[in-house]
Amino acid sequence: MVDLELTFEKNLSIGQKIEPRDWMPENYRKQLIRLISQHAHSEIVGMLPEGNWITRAPSLRRKIALLAKVQDEAGHGLYLYCAAETLGISREEMFDQLHTKKAKYSSIFNYPTLTWADIGMIGWLVDGAAIINQTTMAKCSYGPYSRGLLRICKEENFHKIQGMEIVGILCSGTNEQKEMAQESLNRWWWPSLMMFGPHDTNSPNSSDLMKWKIKIKSNDELRQRFVDMTVEQAKVFGLTIPDPELKFNTETRSWETGEINWDEFYSVINGNGLCNNERISARRSAYEDNSWVRDAATSYKIKKNKKAEAA
Amino acid sequence: MHLKNDNSLFEYLVRLGDDRLILGHRLSEWCGHAPILEEDIALANIAQDCIGHATHFLNAASEVENKIKTADELTYFRDAIDYKNLLIMELPKGDFAFTIVRQFLVDSFTFLLYEKLQNSGNKFISDITTKALKEVQYHLRHSSQWVLRLGDGTELSHEKTQNALNILWLYTNEMFESDEIENSPSLKNFITKSSDLESEWENKVISHLQNATLKIPEMQTNYLSGGRRGIHTEHLGHLLSEMQIVARTYPGAKW
Amino acid sequence: MSTEQNKNEQWEIWEVFLQEKSGEPHSHAGSVRAADKEMALQNARDVYGRRDTINNIWIVKTKDITATNIEDKTSFFDSTDDKVYRHPQFYKLPDGIKDAFKKR
Repeated sequence: MVDLELTFEKNLSIGQKIEPRDWMPENYRKQLIRLISQHAHSEIVGMLPEGNWITRAPSLRRKIALLAKVQDEAGHGLYLYCAAETLGISREEMFDQLHTKKAKYSSIFNYPTLTWADIGMIGWLVDGAAIINQTTMAKCSYGPYSRGLLRICKEENFHKIQGMEIVGILCSGTNEQKEMAQESLNRWWWPSLMMFGPHDTNSPNSSDLMKWKIKIKSNDELRQRFVDMTVEQAKVFGLTIPDPELKFNTETRSWETGEINWDEFYSVINGNGLCNNERISARRSAYEDNSWVRDAATSYKIKKNKKAEAA
Repeated sequence: MHLKNDNSLFEYLVRLGDDRLILGHRLSEWCGHAPILEEDIALANIAQDCIGHATHFLNAASEVENKIKTADELTYFRDAIDYKNLLIMELPKGDFAFTIVRQFLVDSFTFLLYEKLQNSGNKFISDITTKALKEVQYHLRHSSQWVLRLGDGTELSHEKTQNALNILWLYTNEMFESDEIENSPSLKNFITKSSDLESEWENKVISHLQNATLKIPEMQTNYLSGGRRGIHTEHLGHLLSEMQIVARTYPGAKW
Repeated sequence: MSTEQNKNEQWEIWEVFLQEKSGEPHSHAGSVRAADKEMALQNARDVYGRRDTINNIWIVKTKDITATNIEDKTSFFDSTDDKVYRHPQFYKLPDGIKDAFKKR
């Protein structure tokens, strides 16, 4: 055991990736399963708020782009479920954890999409934040997760750009459109900052995760990078960040925000967001109401195999 | 708005476009709700292809009318009565069996149609269908496989698939109606009459459905039709009111 | 076939290998779940071929792959990296012979 653990730690220290068949500490495996499945659930649940607008997209170009984007999220969820499966958990078990609310997913998807501008905001802010997280995480120590994330990052670039295009067009459109964009930013700004998780001082799993190179940068570091980038972009759009305390620190050369409403953060995580129930019940019914489809395919395969054997 | 009825080419392109648009819209409703994740991706792929075809056909329609209306204007600012899709496209998505059986019946038709239209003397039609045919061929492969799995799967899936077929069958004859637009002299070298496709469609479809252990419903003399004349089921109005709401609430806005 | 019997049977995992252009090697893209071969091929195409052009796809059941173990690392591979004579740099040629053809 000691030897295996030493090899594991040595491999980590020289930046080698850990692969499914390699020995790994039980807690490393557990934390990875938790993290990767949460990430996978976020992709899948994340299809719902945007999927909500596919049928109402206001032009053919928007409709097809949004469809492609939401489809990508299904693909990304799938890459991630596959990565988690290499650690010895099945997709069914993970679905079960999601459907029984044992597993968490990114809280941002428990907020409702109320206007078309929300589709732009999600691309710009939510995907923007996700890309910052994921490009960092792509350097993580677990091979299948790292490879999955690389593929995801490559594909996700257009998500953010299409969102920014939508916001840009709204901001240079009619007054009504501009108001729609500002109102939407007002609702999405704070939840996007929450996406990076609690402050480093309150992040319970962080130190282990960093030691194992499952996590590369701290929540606050990543959040700061997001704020600095987004505040500058908002200026270009002509939008106002809904934070009266926002100010530029000339020493650190970065933007300082007011305090995040952590009560809201924990309340939404604990199931009290506007859409928590809808999201889970939509996922549940997609899975459970359609179990007969999966049974049919299994049964058909068995019949076909039997016929082939008899022949 | 009423479209010029004397312009057969425009009318014909709009029909082809509307068929794909409405079918693609219905398919897109599955996104996020499919039986398996892989199927979310597959159905979204097919929906994108359909909406892509619709965009090409409606752009072409816009071109032949000297761009009086753009493809987006045709999509978002026409009422149900001016939509010319087949009724089968607009029926609500139903369960997975209903969606798959519809896809199979329509894919089989679209494949035969585009195969012929590839050789159209009209460049719009031949270009669009040549490219789209490859995609439709894949759609047909996808729906054919699922028809087998569902029809010849479990008792329950068989029952659901048979029920879907019984309903959808009533809408299939409409695909092969050749009316005055299709018979218009100006379209003579441009199109294939859909009535010419019927027997081949029937042979192929029936034998596949039988392979899937499904019973072919009896041919109805009183089948349902009207879409090509703008006489739709009540479902289309609701579909359009959802699809068009943003565009119509802010007329003149760009998106 | 009763549905009860099927309930617990999970669909198999298949590994997907894509060849982008004719003549290139197939490389591993990821995996998919599928009930049968045809479904596995279609899923592979939709999941991993959404963007790029694909020339050919291989699928293989994950459980049918045999791989080396971590324990094999030393005995299996270590011996190969000291066989310098397998590399062209190991050999010395007379001066000028490499460029002889070019200078012709």
